[in-house]
Amino acid sequence: MADIMNTGANFIPTEARPAPLSVRPGPLTWLRENLFDTWYNALFTLLGIYIIWQAVPPAIAWLFINAYWLAAPAEVCDGITGACWAFIHEKARFIFFGTYSFDEQWRPGAAVILILATVIISCMKPFWNKSLLVIWPVSLTICWILMSGGIFGLAHIPNNLWGGLPITLMLAVLGAVVAFPISIALALGRRSNMPIIKAFCVGYIELIRGVPLITILFMASVMLPLFMPEGLTIDKLLRAQVAIIMFLAAYLAEVVRGGLQAIPKGQYEAADAMGLSYWQSMIFIILPQALKITIPPMVNTFIGIFKDTSLVLIVGIFDLTSTMRTSIQDLDWRAYFLEGMVFVAIIYFIFCFSMSKYSQWLESDLHRGHKRI
Amino acid sequence: MTDHAHTGLPQPQAPKAKAPPSDNIFYSEKFRSILYQIVLILVVIGLGYFLVSNTLTNLADRGIQSGYGFLDVRAGFDIGEAMISYTQDDTYGRAMIVGILNTVKVAFIGIILASILGVVMGIARLSSNFLMARFASLYVEVMRNIPLLLQLFFWYALLINLLPRPRDSWNFADIMFLSNRGLKYPVMAENPIWIWVLAAMLVGAVAAVFYARWADKKQALTGQRPPVLWPSIGIIVGFGIATWLLGGAPTAVNVPELRGFNFRGGATISPEFLALLLGLVIYTGAFIAEIVRSGIQAVSYGQTEAAEAVGLNSGDTLRLVVLPQALRVIVPPVTSQYLNLTKNSSLAIAIGYPDLVAVGNTALNQSGQAIEVISIFMIVYLSLSLSTSLFMNWFNGRIALTER
Repeated sequence: MADIMNTGANFIPTEARPAPLSVRPGPLTWLRENLFDTWYNALFTLLGIYIIWQAVPPAIAWLFINAYWLAAPAEVCDGITGACWAFIHEKARFIFFGTYSFDEQWRPGAAVILILATVIISCMKPFWNKSLLVIWPVSLTICWILMSGGIFGLAHIPNNLWGGLPITLMLAVLGAVVAFPISIALALGRRSNMPIIKAFCVGYIELIRGVPLITILFMASVMLPLFMPEGLTIDKLLRAQVAIIMFLAAYLAEVVRGGLQAIPKGQYEAADAMGLSYWQSMIFIILPQALKITIPPMVNTFIGIFKDTSLVLIVGIFDLTSTMRTSIQDLDWRAYFLEGMVFVAIIYFIFCFSMSKYSQWLESDLHRGHKRI
Repeated sequence: MTDHAHTGLPQPQAPKAKAPPSDNIFYSEKFRSILYQIVLILVVIGLGYFLVSNTLTNLADRGIQSGYGFLDVRAGFDIGEAMISYTQDDTYGRAMIVGILNTVKVAFIGIILASILGVVMGIARLSSNFLMARFASLYVEVMRNIPLLLQLFFWYALLINLLPRPRDSWNFADIMFLSNRGLKYPVMAENPIWIWVLAAMLVGAVAAVFYARWADKKQALTGQRPPVLWPSIGIIVGFGIATWLLGGAPTAVNVPELRGFNFRGGATISPEFLALLLGLVIYTGAFIAEIVRSGIQAVSYGQTEAAEAVGLNSGDTLRLVVLPQALRVIVPPVTSQYLNLTKNSSLAIAIGYPDLVAVGNTALNQSGQAIEVISIFMIVYLSLSLSTSLFMNWFNGRIALTER
């Protein structure tokens, strides 16, 4: 071969490579390329098919085919091999709204819808302006009136009767709304030049991030009453809410700090060169850019806290997980724990999955300007 | 960032309107910064004084003695599983240590298993095999979006309700039994020689590291790489076996046996531990899988193509070219997942595994020493977090790109 190349006189073309086995796109080609391209992939495929064969038909049979779908007393479900969705008929109201007065349960229902609508509106770009500063307080006030009552002819319902989905949403949403400004202050403080302020912010953020949420919940539920002057008591729900705010603020502060660090130094210098004061440069130049790029990670942090609100069960707050757990401890229905768990898991999944899809969409949408097409 | 807030706003339109800003001490950046910090200190001290004085009054009212003296008092409660000997006559201090050890145990095993699961699932998600990729992404999406606490309840309920009673337990070759009391498995009967075998294997591991270094040097000099994997395994196992033989080769085994309603002998993995471990591993594994996937995707495709061009097969491409580069992207976020797993192990309290928080909570309820117990929680978790991140920082430093 080498001599031929060197002399270059007698050019002998190499033989053409064999044509690909099949270039026609079709189900067989697809199968060969995606499932059976190598021997180990074929093995994995067969294993996968076996697992699907073993797992999926029984799951479908349990969930749908053999399931009992109607409302009925627990005895009816004895001996059926599928899910007993009568459990959900029986317990859904309790799982959603806890011990809230039964006849008044339209109120937490309306509050949930209102808060969800507010969150959805806040996720839409056309509303990313000052109108949110009006929408949020108004909506939260209406929710509070709906839940607590006491005016406009609504009966007063004390918050130890609240439970279920409204509590989960309240802890997460109100937590995020309050923790957000705190987190900005902490993040700015962490990047400050003033050593004491910086040390304070670093200390707070690292302390909170270093310990589990449960410890902070315990702290709020056991230690906070000790800290308060005599006669002043903070109710249990508020204590858990404070713990969630403290916890979330530290995590959000790290996200915001990431955004602040991602802004090129030139922006800071340009703001200084324009003669803007510290707060002017932060409010008009740095934060708008930093917060915009941190929205997707913030949504992810929010998903985390949404799931973590389930931990308030341990300090005795009736959130969605907690009402489910109480329902499956009902002696008549205790055999149907799986139904309850699946039901609540689906609710959490719908919330978290849609938020994570939103965050992914937003991330690509926000990067549109930087992307080459 | 540095020289903001020099002065007020320079106003080009009306230069005469303002006095030179330096005249006023309130416009001095230095003065303001000191003022702010003094205010912060005063606020913190004031708040601290307020809280401490309230706390002292409240404690005095309730007749609770503060201080860590209670750690020497008899605990009086039982702990389901302990790695060191513990009875209810032991002190609160020892109970807390039992809890800490249980936390460390589940976190350590959990981190290892979650890493394996996460790497496998992350690679599977990028697999060219359609089924594998779909299965892995289904796993990731489902597990990431359901609260860990709910998953723990699920696994625990499943283990307790669906596994048979000890009498009908699933029997693996008459030596291992899985029932709703946990997994019973045989262990080697207690003998001091096993400690020595373990020590010998550690020595063997160190020797294997030196052997690998020597192989690296040889490869750098001659281009030939002596085999490393099998000789290393041989060294470690060989050291162990040699010590075992020297120690008289004890073979007594402690096999679990069904007596009446429960098992005797053998060792147990409790259903609480199993449920917690399953929950933590499956949940954290999903997050690690996502990190591994994005880390692999961060390695430019040209690297894979180049590796294929020099004739590496797909396994070697992944092992020698892609993963080492992906590791640089993967390690920092995985570190925080390890920390999350450690902290999430505190959910053990919900299913009754006696970890630090569960034991501490019992101690807290019995003794009323809230501040002391919670401060112990915080110190322990902070030091666990700190040591994990120190180790991972060291590891990250080792694999980081060495730039010229």
